[in-house]
Amino acid sequence: MKVLVPVKRVLDYNLKVRVKADGTGVDLSNLKMSMNPFDEIAVEEAVRMKEGGGGHPAGTATEVVAISIGPEQAQETIRTALAMGADRGILVKAEGEVEPLAVAKLLKAIVDAEQPGLVILGKQAIDDDSNQVGQMLAALLDWPQATFASKIVVAGGKINVTREIDGGLQTLSLETPAIVTTDLRLNEPRYASLPNIMKAKKKPIDAKTPADLGVDVAPRLTVVKVADPPKRQGGAKVKTVQDLVAGLKAAGVI
Amino acid sequence: MPAPTGALTFDALRPPSPFMGETHRAWRDSLRKFIERELAPHVTEWDEAGHVPRDVFLKAGAFGLLGAGFPEQYGGWSEGFDRFHGIVTSEELARLGAGGVSAALMIHGIGLPPILAIGTEEMKQRIAPPVLRGEMQISLAITEPDAGSDVANLTTRAERRGEAYIVNGAKMYITGGMTSHYATTAVRTGGAGAGGVSLLLIDLSAKGVTRTPLKKQGWWASDTAALYFDDVEVPADHLIGAENQGFAGIMRNFNGERLGMASGATASARVCIEDAAAWAQQRQTFGKRLADHQVIRHKIAEMVQRVNATTAYLEHCAWRVTQGETPVADLCLLKVQATQTLEFCAREATQIMGGAGYMRGSRIERIYREVRVNAIGGGSEEIMRDLAARQLGL
Repeated sequence: MKVLVPVKRVLDYNLKVRVKADGTGVDLSNLKMSMNPFDEIAVEEAVRMKEGGGGHPAGTATEVVAISIGPEQAQETIRTALAMGADRGILVKAEGEVEPLAVAKLLKAIVDAEQPGLVILGKQAIDDDSNQVGQMLAALLDWPQATFASKIVVAGGKINVTREIDGGLQTLSLETPAIVTTDLRLNEPRYASLPNIMKAKKKPIDAKTPADLGVDVAPRLTVVKVADPPKRQGGAKVKTVQDLVAGLKAAGVI
Repeated sequence: MPAPTGALTFDALRPPSPFMGETHRAWRDSLRKFIERELAPHVTEWDEAGHVPRDVFLKAGAFGLLGAGFPEQYGGWSEGFDRFHGIVTSEELARLGAGGVSAALMIHGIGLPPILAIGTEEMKQRIAPPVLRGEMQISLAITEPDAGSDVANLTTRAERRGEAYIVNGAKMYITGGMTSHYATTAVRTGGAGAGGVSLLLIDLSAKGVTRTPLKKQGWWASDTAALYFDDVEVPADHLIGAENQGFAGIMRNFNGERLGMASGATASARVCIEDAAAWAQQRQTFGKRLADHQVIRHKIAEMVQRVNATTAYLEHCAWRVTQGETPVADLCLLKVQATQTLEFCAREATQIMGGAGYMRGSRIERIYREVRVNAIGGGSEEIMRDLAARQLGL
């Protein structure tokens, strides 16, 4: 089974996000970018399917292909996936914002060409938190989907996916080909080792453009405003129970 | 360590390097993840406790930190590895602000190279793989109670008796000496001076070896020992290189060590700027931020000035080494430049942070206590300048 793993280049999760002064977005200038952590989990799962591990026998995946959509530098995000164990990469070069529907359409075009048995990707990216691409891709392909996977078992031509839902665990059984999106507890991604970083340099990355894939990526959404969350106000100490009750009443809580 | 943003952060303070490419960035990213997850949360605890737990060595071995730059056939990874990957490693470890943790984990960085350079094949195969997996630890034992920088005058004697050497003497200030399984030890096998020195691989659990722990100013997470040898029998095939040829093996080690120490010291100075600048921008005094007082602004600007100059010197020296040169005078002066920069930045950062920088548990407080080990260990500033002057034909 060939496995496709879309990976997104996002602002490093360790950094504090700063809203641009004009409120049009988030300041990304000169800041460290990394692979979206949920996508890292997807890469890890795909590589385990190939190499064996995490309950998957080796060879469950025959080939792991990492795809990224973004500027030239997104190639480094693909290299990270290659250093973790993916076999080859596809970079779709696109400057500026590419919205979830456009991403899903680009991925569909790649899926049509690659014919994978599974597309596994992060449930959402930590920059815009859209949580849409996996679902849209499933709809465009008319494939079964299981989102927020916390466990994946491939057996007898089916993909059984455990999802954490309110009040318990739900297990879905999917026919292949299928779409799976990953949640935080699925696995703990490996650190790319130095030799694998060196090997990744030699793995092929195909470059494409949205035009090659026949997809119009012009934005359809308008960002009205981006603002910082309201600053937390400092608390106040009260001396007596009466003061506390009066305060709560004044705040309209009781 | 959630990283602050702005121009005065550790990452923003690292000027883009013309000598570093995609693999250096990838190595930094991966190493940082490992360090953030496996080391950073524990360094204060380990430093206070005075040791790094054994399983951390195994994790560092499995990840490849210990083997980075060592030859593949002995369990390391060296294909495509250059001096700049080594610089990245030193910088990322320095970012912890816990030199004792790096000293503990990376002590094989000086203990192992003489074996790989001039040891027998059997010795390399037996020692290097377990060391690089983190299962075994090896120290370098050169300094003696009466001979430090003056390596050629060391007095620990090894006398050949049949198939063994009988070793008598003492070694002082040996990093990792309490916990290491082996020590690459400089001994006198011949006459006076440099021409009578050999290197012996000594099993520190052998009969006649006594070790005493030494308490020190900084680097608490790494143990330091005095080693005493009393008629210690060492098999003759534990000789590293030829008899009386040990001095060259010792000297060869120093150039790489100095480049590594200079990278670490420069990155530690960057940590000083990051923490002091963050504090200066947050702390209010006399109705304004500390950072708005000219005296503080100038301190921070001068720290940046010195660190950037040192970084440029460091990168140029490292580039010359990758071109096959051994610029001894510059490597010596670079080490002095780096440790003096660290000394300046540790001082100024502590002044800026005041009481907060004097309290235990902060990176600055630890770094301040690590200035001297950097300025003295691996060649003191005085020795470095003298060696440079001699190399320059004075």
